[in-house]
Amino acid sequence: MRVLVCVKRVPAPGAKINITADGQAVDTAYLAFTTSPHEECAVEEAVQLVERHGGEATVLTLGPAEADEQLRYAASLGVAKAVLLPITEADWDPQRTAAAIAGAIRELEAAEGAFDIILFGNESADSGGFQVGVRVARALGRPIVNGIKGIEVGDGSVRARREAEAGVEVYTIPMPVVLGVKEGINLPRYPTMKGRLNAKKVAVAQVTPSAEPGGQQMVTLLQAAEKSSNTVILGKGPEAAAAVVDVLEELGVLK
Amino acid sequence: MSEQTAATRDVPSTAKVVVIGAGIVGNCLVGHLSRLGWTDMVLLDKGPLPNPGGSTGHASNFIFPTDHNKEMAFLTVDSQNQYIDHGLNNTCGGIEVAREPQRLEEFKRRMTSAKAWNIDARLVTPAEIKEMVPFINEEILLGGYYTPSVSVVDSLATGTRMREEAVAAGNLSVFANTEVLSLETELLPSGFPKVTAVVTDRGRIEAEHVVIACGVWSPRIAAMAGANIPLTPAVHQMADVGPIDVLVESNKELAYPIIRDMDTFCYERQSAGSMEVGSYAHRPILMRPDDIPSNQASALTPTELPLTYDDFEPQMEQAIELMEMLGDAEIKYAINGLLSLTPDANPVLGETVEVRNLWSAAAVWIKEGPGIAQLVAEWMTYGYPHMCDPHGSDISRFYPHEKTEWHINARCNEHFNKTYGIVHPREQWASQRGMRRSPFYAREEALGATFFDARGWERPQWYSSNEKLQAKFPEAFTPRTHEWDARWWNPVTNAEHLQMRESVGMVDLTAFNEFDFEGPGACAFLDYVCVNKVDVAVGRSVYTPLLTPHGGFRGDLTIQRLGEHHFRVITGAFDGGRDNYWFNKHLEQWNADHADAQATFTDRSQGICTVGVWGPNAAKTLAKVTTDHTTAPYDLSQEGFPYGAVQDVLIDGVPCTMFRISYVGENGWEIYTRMEHGLKVWDAIWDAGQEFEIIPVGIGVYAVTGRIEKGYRLMGAELESEYTPVEAGLARPKVKAAALIGKAAYRKARDEGPAAIMCTLSMDSQQCADGYDRFPTGGNEPILTLSGDRIVDAKGRVSRVTTAGAGPSVGKYLLLAYLPPEHAVEGTKLQVMYMNELYPVTVERAGATPLFDPTDARMKS
Ligand SMILES: Cc1cc2nc3c(=O)[nH]c(=O)nc-3n(C[C@H](O)[C@H](O)[C@@H](O)COP(=O)(O)OP(=O)(O)OC[C@H]3O[C@@H](n4cnc5c(N)ncnc54)[C@H](O)[C@@H]3O)c2cc1C
Ligand SMILES: Cc1cc2nc3c(=O)[nH]c(=O)nc-3n(C[C@H](O)[C@H](O)[C@H](O)COP(=O)(O)OP(=O)(O)OC[C@H]3O[C@@H](n4cnc5c(N)ncnc54)[C@H](O)[C@@H]3O)c2cc1C
Repeated sequence: MRVLVCVKRVPAPGAKINITADGQAVDTAYLAFTTSPHEECAVEEAVQLVERHGGEATVLTLGPAEADEQLRYAASLGVAKAVLLPITEADWDPQRTAAAIAGAIRELEAAEGAFDIILFGNESADSGGFQVGVRVARALGRPIVNGIKGIEVGDGSVRARREAEAGVEVYTIPMPVVLGVKEGINLPRYPTMKGRLNAKKVAVAQVTPSAEPGGQQMVTLLQAAEKSSNTVILGKGPEAAAAVVDVLEELGVLK
Repeated sequence: MSEQTAATRDVPSTAKVVVIGAGIVGNCLVGHLSRLGWTDMVLLDKGPLPNPGGSTGHASNFIFPTDHNKEMAFLTVDSQNQYIDHGLNNTCGGIEVAREPQRLEEFKRRMTSAKAWNIDARLVTPAEIKEMVPFINEEILLGGYYTPSVSVVDSLATGTRMREEAVAAGNLSVFANTEVLSLETELLPSGFPKVTAVVTDRGRIEAEHVVIACGVWSPRIAAMAGANIPLTPAVHQMADVGPIDVLVESNKELAYPIIRDMDTFCYERQSAGSMEVGSYAHRPILMRPDDIPSNQASALTPTELPLTYDDFEPQMEQAIELMEMLGDAEIKYAINGLLSLTPDANPVLGETVEVRNLWSAAAVWIKEGPGIAQLVAEWMTYGYPHMCDPHGSDISRFYPHEKTEWHINARCNEHFNKTYGIVHPREQWASQRGMRRSPFYAREEALGATFFDARGWERPQWYSSNEKLQAKFPEAFTPRTHEWDARWWNPVTNAEHLQMRESVGMVDLTAFNEFDFEGPGACAFLDYVCVNKVDVAVGRSVYTPLLTPHGGFRGDLTIQRLGEHHFRVITGAFDGGRDNYWFNKHLEQWNADHADAQATFTDRSQGICTVGVWGPNAAKTLAKVTTDHTTAPYDLSQEGFPYGAVQDVLIDGVPCTMFRISYVGENGWEIYTRMEHGLKVWDAIWDAGQEFEIIPVGIGVYAVTGRIEKGYRLMGAELESEYTPVEAGLARPKVKAAALIGKAAYRKARDEGPAAIMCTLSMDSQQCADGYDRFPTGGNEPILTLSGDRIVDAKGRVSRVTTAGAGPSVGKYLLLAYLPPEHAVEGTKLQVMYMNELYPVTVERAGATPLFDPTDARMKS
């Protein structure tokens, strides 16, 4: 079984996100980089699929050279191959990203055969566009379901589960298939020291991305207004009890 | 008063003390201040309690008590005892393991320091290590150094206890989530600013004293008042890996000893089911305090930055090599943790030099936090700490060039990877050399000087040009067999010593500091600061201790009376900064209290160079070139220029001040002149001395061999605040009438008599088990009884070597050490431990009488 998982390098900020003076980027001077929690689950799912069914998992990202870190992180968890679509900008718009990824997938598949399953995160943690996966599937002419919280591989098809408002939707979809994975599908493992060291040795393949810019352009980033909290002392000791009850009722905790 | 974090509470408008920073240091400090009677204190931290986000919150929290440095060893053991008193010390033992042969040598040295400080420790074989730590790969190990008392402490809980103790006593209010934005100062009449208020995001507090206990942020806070705390934030990488079955199954927080893999600069410490792996092997990663992210902008906390794996990877391989099971454990948590580094790796404690009443308690580790907090609290309370001498950590030790970011980074880059390194007591810095050079430098270089660093000064330690003396003094050139004994040492020092004693030598002493005191109050002021009577005749000098209020040594220096109201203090390179601060601090108060007897202080060091000329032919040499202000030969006889006299002369026409004194036990002078005249004076003396075979003499003679034969005491070695002039043998027959700092304590010390006496000992045999001679370096080697017991005096102080060195003229290897009176008897046989072996020694002198030339006839003839 051949599984591909697409991840995006995004900053891992604290509660307050600092924006650079020119308003064009998040100030990442002392921030770590990661992938979105959905993508961490997608990588874990790819590794588990291969553990269960054999074959090989590949991780792919379009991003700056530093995105090598996210590829190796996936590799440290058991993904065998890594592909970087290097770009010099911080980010590409989703349309362009999707076109480039679809192009790269075609190239990879021409060389080594089709991917049975291509996994995306449901949405990226930074810009949250909910669309790269859909666009890629569309470009490749493959079925896609998003919001997936369970995958079972059958004979030539997958059964994929996702939560709906009032229950669970179950899809049977023929492979090759594209799935947008949601956090909660599994509990991603941490890399081991050996995994980290192995990942160092993984050769990262490069595919030059080519795609025309899409229609969307980032104008500027704005700092969200700081939420100020106001502390009100409700009272001291037993006298405060009534006021506490009022607040709890107001919040709907007590009815 | 109470502990409260609610955003509605404003800070009080005034306080006696504001302590900034609620890490291990700030918390313990308010606790100790409260115990010492301080009230009306405020503790602030910008982060939330109990973990505001400083280095304390994520420390590995372990304590390995052995340290070669006496001050740090004392403070570490004292701190460990404080954690024990709180019931927050979890003893698990610790093993430092060796992969390289030279590490086994270091372990012998550690055994020696452990003996000195009474720390239970033993050397263990790889098999014994395996028995204690079954999951270790003992095959790559050569041996270990096991310390059963190694422990992990709860630094957050200890801090909370100490803080709450002060709150409960009604002496402290605590404000978390309160950031200090600026400090206010006012200018004192002395020209020094004094801190007056702390401005926070919750209001302004007028304060008498402000303490900066801000860990890696400390320089930033100090700068708010124009003060300097020389440290840099630096990364120490740590990862938590697990769960690991064998650790989980132990069902304990700490079932196995902590391993320090010394030769890979790495440690492994159990934390319940997982292992913390920490590293000091990666490239030094230094930061600026201003660049540390805020609490809000940090993914974890400001001092837990993301681990940079490229730096950590080699360590992972080494860790797996040592403990295979680590390879398959998951890395759950991994950080580039921040801690503080200083240019000399010691803490930075005491009142800042630049701003009065603004204190620093920074660059402190968990292992010494509670002890240092107590030390600083005592310092603030009594004017100087009681528990131990803080000179190695004293913030005033730094010279201006040592406080720049450039210097801090250069030295921290150099020593970071020595955190687990094997550092020789005579080890020299490689970076920031050539910072201060005397006018004689070019001549010295041409004479083959090997330069040692003395707080930036390049001082010749020995001269290869003197190797020509091999024919004359063949036995002086006996090499030292063991590389450790021979490191940063050269036998030519012995020959320089003998040639000086036989004829004449020149010593570059430009590293001296010269402080001038002038004005109608100069004499009275110095009399107040110094033990011995300063009011001597013009042209005379005084050699005197300076005391702490507690009666211990605070300084040791000479003073020349150059005029009725003009005195010049001469003090060494290593204490210049500390003495400068001490004089200024007391002068300020003096001038405030004595309107009719004002005095001024001027640091003249940068303008004056000094050369010492000593030996039986010193007078003859100098007579050839020394005149009065005309061309008349100058009278250098004992009658015309007696010992201790200071006189202005011309040397080859250059105005110089000559001071008849000696630190090496020979007749001769220290000659002072202006920097720009220096070279001419050097050349004149050099030429004049040729007929006497004058040689350049290095500091190896001046500070070690010459000094130790004469038993001269050195500040920071024999002379510390824990000892009194009575014990050092430096008490004069009478106490002067004038008031002086530490007078009551000094009187008491005299009445009580010494609990220990400074002695000169000689080694009866230096032969080690392997059959060759060893040469103790003078690094706190313990003096033991014939049965091998430690010797501890009535005040609890251990007898240990304070200086060691050859005595070429007495033909013995000599040691200086304090001994209790029952052992301080000439002829007493004892032992010294060096590198974990015992050597027989004999007490040669008890007290100040020198071994060489006991009547000082040579100096006064
Ligand atoms: C609810 C919602 C609806 C929106 N609807 C629209 C819309 O209809 N039209 C529109 O133009 N904009 C829409 N936007 C906004 C816009 O799409 C985003 O801002 C855009 O920038 C998203 O791109 P992304 O990089 O976040 O990718 P996403 O589409 O969010 O990424 C999804 C997944 O694609 C993969 N992926 C993404 N980037 C890479 C990469 N560089 N390399 C490899 N894999 C990658 C990852 O697996 C990731 O988890 C919407 C935004 C939201 C929140
Ligand atoms: C990974 C790691 C492991 C370690 N392990 C050990 C170990 O095993 N043993 C050991 O002895 N040491 C260890 N250390 C070192 C130890 O953590 C530190 O030396 C120690 O915690 C420093 O304590 P502190 O009180 O000086 O500083 P901190 O704990 O950093 O406290 C300083 C406080 O000042 C506050 N502050 C700063 N600026 C302001 C402002 N403007 N206004 C108000 N408050 C402010 C901060 O919020 C902070 O709480 C380790 C360090 C690291 C990084």
